[in-house]
Amino acid sequence: MSETLILTKRWPKKDPSLAGYKADGGYLGLEKALGMAPAAIVDEVKGSNLRGRGGAGFPTGLKWTFLPKDVRPRYLCINADESEPGTFKDRYICEYDPHLLLEGIAISCFALDIHLAYIYIRGEFARQARCLEKAIDEAVAAGIFGGPKLLGKADFPLEIHVVRGAGAYICGEESALMESVEGKKGYPRFKPPFPAIVGLWGKPTIINNVETLANVPWIVEHGAKAFAELGAGKTGGTRLFGVSGNVKRPGVYEKPAGYNLKRLIMEDCGGTASGRPVKAVIPGGSSSPVLRGDEIDVSLEPDAIKAAGTMSGSGGVIVMDDSVCMVRALARIAMFYAEESCGQCTPCRQGTPWMWKILEKIERGEGTLKDLALIEQLPGNIMGQTICALGDAAAMPVQSFVKKFRQEFVEHIEGRGCKHGATAWGVSREAREALVGGNRHSSR
Amino acid sequence: MSHHDHSTADRGPQEIAELPKDKVARFDAALPEILKRYPADHKEAAMLAALRRAQEILGWLSPGAQKLVADRLGAPVTRAEEVATFYVMYHTRPVGRHVVEVCTNVSCSLAGGYDIFEHLKAKLAVENGGTTGDGRITLRQVECLGSCGTAPAMLVDEEMHESLTPKEVERILGGLT
Repeated sequence: MSETLILTKRWPKKDPSLAGYKADGGYLGLEKALGMAPAAIVDEVKGSNLRGRGGAGFPTGLKWTFLPKDVRPRYLCINADESEPGTFKDRYICEYDPHLLLEGIAISCFALDIHLAYIYIRGEFARQARCLEKAIDEAVAAGIFGGPKLLGKADFPLEIHVVRGAGAYICGEESALMESVEGKKGYPRFKPPFPAIVGLWGKPTIINNVETLANVPWIVEHGAKAFAELGAGKTGGTRLFGVSGNVKRPGVYEKPAGYNLKRLIMEDCGGTASGRPVKAVIPGGSSSPVLRGDEIDVSLEPDAIKAAGTMSGSGGVIVMDDSVCMVRALARIAMFYAEESCGQCTPCRQGTPWMWKILEKIERGEGTLKDLALIEQLPGNIMGQTICALGDAAAMPVQSFVKKFRQEFVEHIEGRGCKHGATAWGVSREAREALVGGNRHSSR
Repeated sequence: MSHHDHSTADRGPQEIAELPKDKVARFDAALPEILKRYPADHKEAAMLAALRRAQEILGWLSPGAQKLVADRLGAPVTRAEEVATFYVMYHTRPVGRHVVEVCTNVSCSLAGGYDIFEHLKAKLAVENGGTTGDGRITLRQVECLGSCGTAPAMLVDEEMHESLTPKEVERILGGLT
């Protein structure tokens, strides 16, 4: 079956330079857009059912319409902070096809009358930041943007800059991201007002994820209807799913938005590397509620998987076979959120380390049934009690792991230890290497 | 998040005047390029990038280095300090000549990342965040680096190394002087 590829069609080996991109029809979407009324472009994006690919899945076109009509300047921030554990897709767009993103940004800015855009990329992505800066230099030198005109045609000054973060997960949260672009520590802001009304430097600001905007050239070229039809339900297009953990072929897979999770893991990724049964799957980055191995026959379309009690969030699928200790895995996830809590809200600042410590205690065999009761109660006291969604993100995995693998937690307590011992992270590295081979490539 | 520890002997330069003159000059020369990216009336927005550049030039962000950045951006020193201590990539204490940062989050640990970190701790005889006695390497455990499909991963002096094997880790470490 031939599948339409929008985002990965030039991965990983095609020339990422401007010449290579143009040879493959690059910037034709922008050329077409310049012949359209800006409002018509917004309508196309609305009609395409493009939804945000950073995790929340908010309809992109609808977000765009929240901009107040008469306030200028407006800004665009592109979220390349990609830090949710298990997520590794946007980095490849930046590496393998940076001009696809730049074209999407240019079209979006033209549609929204925005003349200054910042790509906020996490500090650890040094190589990806260099790829983007090089592509921006090429495009400016070729007069695509950066001068008085777009493509030498439409009068439209547009500056696109790369801003690097410096190591803080919270800066992927859109209001913390704006604080960071402003040169501050990443404390999320109260909402409302939403960024589209009061954003960067107090001005109306649109914040979109890298993958989201990389779809815009295709939508303009092929039309809203074609894009919507590729997807399912209220989600148009394809999506990038990054599969990692215990699978034979980890990597990024571009699939229709309504693709089946089990098929992705068992067919595309070849099942578990060990050949052992799938024990657990985190379907959309480490904050999404975990699924048991027998629950993965579901569509990844956001609304469909929501009905199954979880979310496909950022498209980061983490697979664990039956050799992995669930207490160990959850304790590590809890450590992440404790480390990354920004400290602004008490329930999250105090609650996340508390959850982590209790889980480590249970993993060590020193936990009691009272601790288990506490760990079942605690997440509910964080959820919904904080300014941003990090509190919820920390609570959801704890709630779901304990609920779905409760017996394993009880065994740790009653058996006074982890029966996985030193191999709580699953079979040994040597055994895994022998199964996977030394040459695991980066995409598909 | 990193923490200040004023009790150590490594307090470093406290004032701008204590910083090496040639390095301050290099920082000043680099600043206009950084400021170009921001509207002229929002100079403070360059805080993250300016701190990064100062760290690259001066090795770490001593109180003197933080004062330098704040001074040049026309911002209070506390603004530089709150940013320098909030983000983990800034070093507010001296570090080794090389910084090795190993991801131990779930996808990496499922592929041996935790084992690599433990192995390096033993081999280098340091704890998390520690620096070898000869000042060669600072070892840190870090959070997800976005290399989950090519796990395990680590940063060496902020450059990513992926699909690591124990052998590859040995090779990379051997190349650090």
